[in-house]
Amino acid sequence: MSVVTNTTTIGAIELPSRRNTELMLLGFAVVIPIFAYANVGLAMHGKLPPGMLVYGLGLAVLAGVAHLVVRRFAKYADPLLLPLGILLNGLGLVLIWRLDQSERLQNLAKRAYGGFSESTPNQMLYTALGIVLFSAVLLVLKDHRTLQRFTYISMAGALVLLILPVIPGLGADVFGAKIWIRVAGFSIQPGEFAKIVIAVFFSGYLMVKRDALALASRRFMGLYLPRGRDLGPILVIWAVSLLILVFENDLGTSLLFFGMFVIMLYVATERTSWIVIGLLMSTVGAVVVGTTASHVKVRVNAWLDPFSCYTTSGACEQVGQSIMSFGSGGVLGAGWGQGNSDLIGFAANSDFIFSTVGEELGLTGVMAFLLLYGLIIERGARTALAARDPFGKLFAIGLSGAFAIQIFVVAGGVMGLIPLTGMTMPFLASGGSSVLANWALIGILIRISDTARRPAPAPAPSPDSEMTQVVRPS
Amino acid sequence: MNKPLRRIAIFCGLLILALLIRTNWLQYVQAEELATRKENRRVQIAQYATERGNIIVEGQPITGSEAVNGSDYKFKRKYLDGPLWAPVTGFASQAFGSTQLESLEDGILTGNDDRLFFDRTIGMFTGQKKQGGNVVTTLNAAAQKAAFTQLGNKKGAVAAIDPRTGAILALASTPSYDPSRFAGNSKDDEKAWVELKDSEDKNLVNRALRETYPPGSTFKVVTAAAALEHGVVTDINAPTDTTEPYLLPTTQTKLPNSHDMKCDKFSLSEALRVSCNTVFANMSDKVTRDKMVETAQKFGFNNEKIDTPVRAFASVYDKTMDRPGNALSGIGQYNTAATPLQMAMVAAAVANDGKLMKPYMVDQLTSPNLDVIEKHEPQEMSRPLSAANAQKVQQMMVNVVDNGTGKTARIPGVTVGGKTGTAQHGVGNKKNPYAWFISYAETDKGSPVAVAVVIEDSNADREDISGGGLAAPVAKAVMEAVLKSQG
Repeated sequence: MSVVTNTTTIGAIELPSRRNTELMLLGFAVVIPIFAYANVGLAMHGKLPPGMLVYGLGLAVLAGVAHLVVRRFAKYADPLLLPLGILLNGLGLVLIWRLDQSERLQNLAKRAYGGFSESTPNQMLYTALGIVLFSAVLLVLKDHRTLQRFTYISMAGALVLLILPVIPGLGADVFGAKIWIRVAGFSIQPGEFAKIVIAVFFSGYLMVKRDALALASRRFMGLYLPRGRDLGPILVIWAVSLLILVFENDLGTSLLFFGMFVIMLYVATERTSWIVIGLLMSTVGAVVVGTTASHVKVRVNAWLDPFSCYTTSGACEQVGQSIMSFGSGGVLGAGWGQGNSDLIGFAANSDFIFSTVGEELGLTGVMAFLLLYGLIIERGARTALAARDPFGKLFAIGLSGAFAIQIFVVAGGVMGLIPLTGMTMPFLASGGSSVLANWALIGILIRISDTARRPAPAPAPSPDSEMTQVVRPS
Repeated sequence: MNKPLRRIAIFCGLLILALLIRTNWLQYVQAEELATRKENRRVQIAQYATERGNIIVEGQPITGSEAVNGSDYKFKRKYLDGPLWAPVTGFASQAFGSTQLESLEDGILTGNDDRLFFDRTIGMFTGQKKQGGNVVTTLNAAAQKAAFTQLGNKKGAVAAIDPRTGAILALASTPSYDPSRFAGNSKDDEKAWVELKDSEDKNLVNRALRETYPPGSTFKVVTAAAALEHGVVTDINAPTDTTEPYLLPTTQTKLPNSHDMKCDKFSLSEALRVSCNTVFANMSDKVTRDKMVETAQKFGFNNEKIDTPVRAFASVYDKTMDRPGNALSGIGQYNTAATPLQMAMVAAAVANDGKLMKPYMVDQLTSPNLDVIEKHEPQEMSRPLSAANAQKVQQMMVNVVDNGTGKTARIPGVTVGGKTGTAQHGVGNKKNPYAWFISYAETDKGSPVAVAVVIEDSNADREDISGGGLAAPVAKAVMEAVLKSQG
């Protein structure tokens, strides 16, 4: 009776969801660690490891669950992030299991603590919990912009998390670094979670204040200098970073927070002056602390020449052992299970796990791992570029930037590029907090990337396109 | 916001790039240096990760490996008769490094040598563990035992060579040590090591190769050879023109003979028989320093590189001393110093009709499955004297044993030539002298053994320390052991 003509002829172009790509990559991400696991067993005991089936199925199930959650709740998400996380986590488990088999570490633990317990079962558990947290993030966080509402709560939360380890009775001093708390028998590293929470605060805060910070400025020597009152926030963060450094002996975390803030400030304001100011402040802070705090000085000396103080200082021996691991690995490495990276002893499967990669997988393996991390970071940066809202952009780049700094600080530390700090390699190192926090981080990036790539909803049918209905009195 | 985002992405990429460059630096450029640093325990761990190959004497291993529990090192070196063979094997200690054959042939013994590459590659495919090869020595077990037991509690050394090939038959040094005692890295090992390292007796020193002594009268053999070679003497039985008393050239110092013996115009042979200082000092002076140096060097003196393959210390014949110095050096005093191996080489060269063979103690290197990787071929080192002159010296040395100072070395039915020596040392010659004896035995198949014995600082009386009394019986026992084992 009536001709329906639709004027909105240009519909939303359906982007490929890339979920099948993700599934295929996940296949590789599961199979590669299984081969690595078999390899360790064959090299160390001459037979396939006993938990082969359980481990393989376990990893496959975790990957499958994560994939289904993404398929259902974040259909347009970046296809690389999840497989990269699974691959690194799987290989991390193999590395930890390999170090569990080391007689040298077993004897060391028996002498130091009177007993040795394997780290692999715990790490398996934390990996499962990490995937649960990842799924929870995607289920609960339907839109990352809801986090904007929690800007100031996040700030308070992050400060509490950072202060927890120094509270007497709660914090635990582990080899000089006060970055742990002990709750009901569990060791938790609040700093790992604070990383994400504080990124929420920075994003929310900078999104609101960016215009003031960017525009109200004076030009001086080619740089736009901010007004004094706008300097307030960066000064506060700088002070907090220094306090962490002084009270918690944690150079890594302090560098991480300050670096993340400067990156986000620069992105928000597009003012190069913030980078310059940030670099100046961190240099001043590093020099002051480096020359006054004795434990930092020890680390710096160990970095400058680990072999000059090798026999006299524990810090020098650690760095020396670590770079000798890398050197002994050479180009192709000793092979899974055939190196002697366990000579480092203390923290071989956490802070120094990357040395095992260096020795057993060689230059080839280390470059592959660094590129895997690089891919995660660049995927995060891409998500930030694709995001349509400033909050999402800031949040994504903040998390990716922090991830990059963490990789640089940890890997650079064990390779003797920069002074060693007490942080852990994401997904590889043994430790529940790290695994959980990093899975949450991947979950958030997936959520942002899904929102960014999701096609705009089809416009509601315009009433104008319909024939005017003439109401006739009957 | 996208421009700064791109820049941050590039910045993050640069962080990763810095790490990539660093890992290339560590694992490619510096890899070799880091992998072999002295702090890097992997070197020793690899060295002791598999059973080490063995050092072999007459088909029997004199070393072994034992499994160790609870240590970084899976195996520990073990020596079947440590003190006896220590001067040959040296030691391989997990904590204190390795020396001598254990060090020089480490590549073969651990199986890391390039020449064992194929064995390793095949092992990689068959799943066999890396094995070490063996070092087959030239030593004669009976001679070594005779030397070691005869030295007994006395400080001294014995070196015995097969003059025909240069093969080392015995190499003993006392007081010795048992390298098994500090082969591991435990507290006990460290205690034993410290004790031996600081001992006054210098147990760890291989006296046969690494200690030089004034050779005393045994050096007269070299002087006699020089006199014959350079035409100063042609007839060993003709009277010489050395009269008593003899003053050192250009000085008014009278050179005495021992026991106030008169050696007036003694012939060369007679002078060697009773060991006249005057005749040989004069002879050395007449040959002149440079020609003495020439002959001494042909015997191996002043040679820094006597590698058996274990490097022996260089024996010294001073090249720049004055005339009286040279005269004194002709009787083995002044600056002259020789290792026991060097003096055995002197006896060997004479016994082998003037042809000095290069001394060696590694006959073969074999792979784990006993294929020969390398075999030593006897090499001529030099010809210090002509065959005719060598035979003249032989006659004189036989005369010493048959009728002179070396009677205690006589072996019934075998021709033995020798020379005693009693070298003074210490300020004003206060210390106990060194007793020397060099000799060779001869059968119808040529000379199978030449030997040098030195005994230092014996607690016996000065009078008793004479080469003939103390050292000659040791040499005799070694020669007998060799003769017996060779039928």
